[in-house]
Amino acid sequence: MTTPHVLQAGMAGLRSSRERRDFLYDRAFRFAVTACAVFVLVSLLAAALSMLWGGREALGTFGWRFLWSSSWDAVHKDFGALVPIYGTLVTALIAMLIAVPVSFGIALFLTEIAPIWLRTPVGAAVELLAGIPSIIYGMWGLFIFVPFMGEHIDPWLDEHLGPLPVIGSLFQGPPIGLGMLTAGIVLGIMVIPFVSSVMREVFKTVPPQLKESAYAVGNTTWEVVWDIVLPYTRSAVIGGVFLGLGRALGETMAVTFVLGNAHLLSPSLLQPGNSIAATIANEFTEADSSIYLSSLLALGFLLFIVTFVVLAIARIMLARLALRAGKTT
Amino acid sequence: MNRWQRRQLTDYMAKALGTAATLFGLFWLAWILWTTVSLGLPALKWTLFTQTTPPPGADGGLANAFAGSIFMCGLAVLIGTPIGIGAGTYLSEYARHTKFGKSIRFVNDILLSAPSIIIGLFVYELMVRPMGHFSAWAGSVALAFIVLPVVVRTTDEMLQLVPTTMRESALALGVPQWKVIRQVLYRAALSGIVTGILLALARISGETAPVLFTALNNQYWASSLNEPTANVPVVIFQYALSPYEFWHALAWAGAFVVTMLVLVLGVTSRWLISRGKEQS
Amino acid sequence: MRLSILFKTATRYAAVGAALSLATLGHAAEITGAGSTFVNPILSKWSATYNEKTGNRINYQSIGSGAGIAQIKAATVTFGASDLPMKPEELQAAGLAQFPVVIGGVVPVVNIEGAKPGELKLTGPIIADIFLGKIEKWNDTAIASVNSGVKLPDQKITVVHRSDGSGTTFNWVNYLSKVSGEWKTKIGEGTSVNWPTGVGGKGNEGVAAYVNQIKGSIGYVELAYATQNKMAYAAVKNRNNEFVQPTAKSFQAAAEQVNWAAEPDFYQIITDAPGAGSWPIAATVFVIMYQQPKDAERSKEALAFFKWALEHGQAEAQALDYVPLPGALVKLIQDSWAKNIH
Repeated sequence: MTTPHVLQAGMAGLRSSRERRDFLYDRAFRFAVTACAVFVLVSLLAAALSMLWGGREALGTFGWRFLWSSSWDAVHKDFGALVPIYGTLVTALIAMLIAVPVSFGIALFLTEIAPIWLRTPVGAAVELLAGIPSIIYGMWGLFIFVPFMGEHIDPWLDEHLGPLPVIGSLFQGPPIGLGMLTAGIVLGIMVIPFVSSVMREVFKTVPPQLKESAYAVGNTTWEVVWDIVLPYTRSAVIGGVFLGLGRALGETMAVTFVLGNAHLLSPSLLQPGNSIAATIANEFTEADSSIYLSSLLALGFLLFIVTFVVLAIARIMLARLALRAGKTT
Repeated sequence: MNRWQRRQLTDYMAKALGTAATLFGLFWLAWILWTTVSLGLPALKWTLFTQTTPPPGADGGLANAFAGSIFMCGLAVLIGTPIGIGAGTYLSEYARHTKFGKSIRFVNDILLSAPSIIIGLFVYELMVRPMGHFSAWAGSVALAFIVLPVVVRTTDEMLQLVPTTMRESALALGVPQWKVIRQVLYRAALSGIVTGILLALARISGETAPVLFTALNNQYWASSLNEPTANVPVVIFQYALSPYEFWHALAWAGAFVVTMLVLVLGVTSRWLISRGKEQS
Repeated sequence: MRLSILFKTATRYAAVGAALSLATLGHAAEITGAGSTFVNPILSKWSATYNEKTGNRINYQSIGSGAGIAQIKAATVTFGASDLPMKPEELQAAGLAQFPVVIGGVVPVVNIEGAKPGELKLTGPIIADIFLGKIEKWNDTAIASVNSGVKLPDQKITVVHRSDGSGTTFNWVNYLSKVSGEWKTKIGEGTSVNWPTGVGGKGNEGVAAYVNQIKGSIGYVELAYATQNKMAYAAVKNRNNEFVQPTAKSFQAAAEQVNWAAEPDFYQIITDAPGAGSWPIAATVFVIMYQQPKDAERSKEALAFFKWALEHGQAEAQALDYVPLPGALVKLIQDSWAKNIH
């Protein structure tokens, strides 16, 4: 790209030394930012490959069975990833179901509803949620929130929603307080500041003329947000949601404290489960056989794959939405 | 109800729900902060900042942990931000619709979701093993890998949101592309980019797992950056999981201080930016 | 503009920091050790006292017994600490030596309304059946038969175990394997096992927290956690057919039963100890070091620290609910140092 010949050819038509200098700087800048982008690519590949390399023994021994086996026995050396994968997906789903609407509501409040003097303090307060160390979420969850869930929420759910057909099985179980629902809620709270900060920043970039024109023809505030602001910022909003999803899928400490860490598969949200990140964090330092260690690293690699699949599905859905909205590619 | 009234009702409901959502978020914040303050109260005194981490039964503070965390988080942001902004710029300005750009975005999103413990293990193999010991450098590098994808994502999105008219006007005046990016686009997207950096900083200030395997922790002041270094998240982790009351109090107090520090940092940088905008 | 100035000053600080770190490479650095969480309180206490006396800094970090072994094998630390001893063959193969440093015990804790500490009595086989999920309620005939006079509720038992791999778990399941054939064949022993039932708490504190919250639960923690959190623990029947309370005295009785010289490298697991008044689930913490260390200077300093701790640290150990080693064992250990570690 930047061989002397090409540079000379490119500079052939330039008259002044300033133009030549700008051209060189342009090339250098472009090279620098491309290098940064390539670095990102390389880092991920290196991290994923090191997990794959570490996990090859487990994947080789168990093969595809690793994906749907729910056993996790360190003594008899039989490992399967089903329970951690299930727990990761379910808790992340609950977290996003809570975080996305709430974050949208917060962004709406901070950009359209709140009086100007209130916006900065409330915005700073919401972002403060992001500054709380994840382990504090875990500890607060364990010592304060879990008892609350166990005494007030879980029994109510078990009693009133448990007996219902179909969805009842989601809410049955002893009221011990920890479980996938609790973990999902804690994760949701952790993710809110990430998604809402991005949404808020992004809503602010909508050109005032667009909004004013909409108001001028008689739209209500809500209609302006839903029909003008959101479509304009759709891609960036999705980006914010992905930021939050990333946090939810990979969060380790908070989940470890409130999920219950039981390698048991159960449809009920009130029962404990396990997640990939929590399993690795809990058991990595004590993994005493090479197949055990390898299984944990294989789990890490699987998280990359799970993320890959979730993001790919999301992208396909977005592309379909964009096609319907009239974009060509 | 006629159509106009229906629209009014929807508008009103949306505003009510938005306010409710904000109250919901603030409720959790208040609950958690209240917990950290009330449980950390016995340790919230000046010695928190002047004394080092104590053994059980003794009085002490978190001075070495704060220093270590400030250094490692600062260095991580210093390493991760330039690379992150660079990659984000590339994605937005040079590769917005190319296949290569799309794959890098995708890859970045995956890196974003990587459990922090995997990043810690990765840097352990990369730096700690060859060096033969734990160090603050390794800790900073691990945290930088967590900063990186966040900054890339936000920079990319914020730069894309700058209207094309700005780029075109600058280019029409004969400004070379690199200057357009530096002096026009970065300024326009500054607030958003800084948000990304602050989010990343907020995240790494509380991360335990990556630091545990790279910088470990230290009961004393590290005499060099090549040694295990005390840091707040790991200390909180150890103290919280111990049976001693005072260690618990220190853990909560440490958490409260970290949260406040992140708040102060966020508010100050936002204020500086708005001052800068006023002046220009 | 301001930001670029900030950026410049920040890079200046980083440069100074880098220069400082390079300059201090030759500085008399500290000793780093890592491993068992169980021994963290006493090692950090000893370290602080030793630091006041001699100025040497022994930095111990609790990352888990298995991680401690992994780190000493990778030679990223000067010593490792583990709740389970390494087998002599493993030690030989890696060029390591081990020795005991302190003794403690694992205690069953329960959350039954009205139960006072030490009131409930359990036997090994009963505990195994509870953890296997075979005994499901507190008023089961098996439990009632050893607890005449105590009113047991008709309540479901929730088992709380460790979610993380742990030396504490190892000692607990080692004991269960010794007293229950079914446990030994079905589940086995290790730092992490396939628990048939129950929830997993992170660390001793996690288990203590869950037991405190879940009514009708039973878990296992180190004595310090049970006493500090004022939990209701159970008395356990030992090999001598007595119901023993978990105290420093009963741990010590268990330790004294062991013939430490019998096995090479002090390879003894002291669960299910014989003798009067012995606590059945006592545990030893081992320190592991290189026989021919690359950094001989640091290794020597570490040994000096342990010599001081074994000879002068008993009072501090007892204050934190640990059992200091009997004098004869200390002598054996110091002899082994002369022989093994150079």
